[in-house]
Amino acid sequence: MTRQQVLDLYFLDARSKLIEVAAFLDRVDRADGGVDFRLAAFRQAMRHLADGAPRRAEKVLLALSDPTNEPVAKAPGKGAIGAWPNRVKS
Amino acid sequence: MRFIEPHAHMVSRTTDDYAALVTAGCAAVCEPAFWAGFDRGSAAGFHDYFHQLTDFEPQRAAKFGLPHFCWLCLNPKEAEDLRLAKDVLALIPQFLDRPTVLGIGEIGLNKNSRNELAILERHIELAARHDQLILVHTPHLEDKLKGTRLTIDALRNQPRIRPERVIIDHVEEHTVKLVLDAGFWAGMTLYPTSKCTPARAVDILDVCGTERLWMNSACDWGESVPLNIPRTALEMRRRGWSAAAIDRVIYQNPVQFLSQCPKFRLPPD
Ligand SMILES: [Zn+2]
Repeated sequence: MTRQQVLDLYFLDARSKLIEVAAFLDRVDRADGGVDFRLAAFRQAMRHLADGAPRRAEKVLLALSDPTNEPVAKAPGKGAIGAWPNRVKS
Repeated sequence: MRFIEPHAHMVSRTTDDYAALVTAGCAAVCEPAFWAGFDRGSAAGFHDYFHQLTDFEPQRAAKFGLPHFCWLCLNPKEAEDLRLAKDVLALIPQFLDRPTVLGIGEIGLNKNSRNELAILERHIELAARHDQLILVHTPHLEDKLKGTRLTIDALRNQPRIRPERVIIDHVEEHTVKLVLDAGFWAGMTLYPTSKCTPARAVDILDVCGTERLWMNSACDWGESVPLNIPRTALEMRRRGWSAAAIDRVIYQNPVQFLSQCPKFRLPPD
């Protein structure tokens, strides 16, 4: 596909998702509450969108991943959260 | 268009989904054993579930002319209870000779715990002992990267496991190369909110090629889309893929992997 074709096919969809992210961050800012590791991880992951380097999807996923290698002693439940709590302590 | 749905939890779906799959060109459906959404209280619960997967569900699919195959295991979400897990592992061999059982799956890790890893190793050992194909579930979201690495290590630690007989499912952009570079097959799951969208799955095919890759909807009791393989085929069409290249990914690739089990037979066209 040419760049023109990719933009014709995906620009409006990506534009809509970008505005959703912007609106989500505004919504979080308007709400009361303290710091949350998910938001900090989200902001860190977002940096890969604007740095102009390739493999952005992979880097965003890595920024939201547990980077350790040792199994945990016991499963702390069944679900996943979407960000690794120990990456950003803020 | 024809396609194989290699990973769908049909016990959680309606007959309307069977009709829709067949109408869209589905030629076979394969159902890995899964977590029911709640922990089963005893191995007897698994006995009944394996009976449902190997007997009742193929009959239900047959009403729509659809071949139904399955994989057996205890899901990693239930692996923290080691006693239950060992009881279930002991049950599995009596079902392995049933005519529609393809192998051991979907095994793997969920929260990357020691008990999950121990039970994963027991499943891998069971598959090696009975010369079974393996289908691996990789964890969700932040746990996927670590779980994929630990799973690859566990598979490599069992010398009788041949990577071309193992598919590691639910890969995304950050894990697909780990899996393919180690010689395993990789599955892309087309699932809302988590895992891959159709557009990203086609991106992965653009970047990684079409060797040793398949797609599935993994439709289950959660929010999921049973027709996501044909929808992704449409995405490929819009991006200029030929009908032959699409057929390779959504039909021939799963047939190639699954045919390593002699029980995977499709009726002639
Ligand atoms: Zn599944």
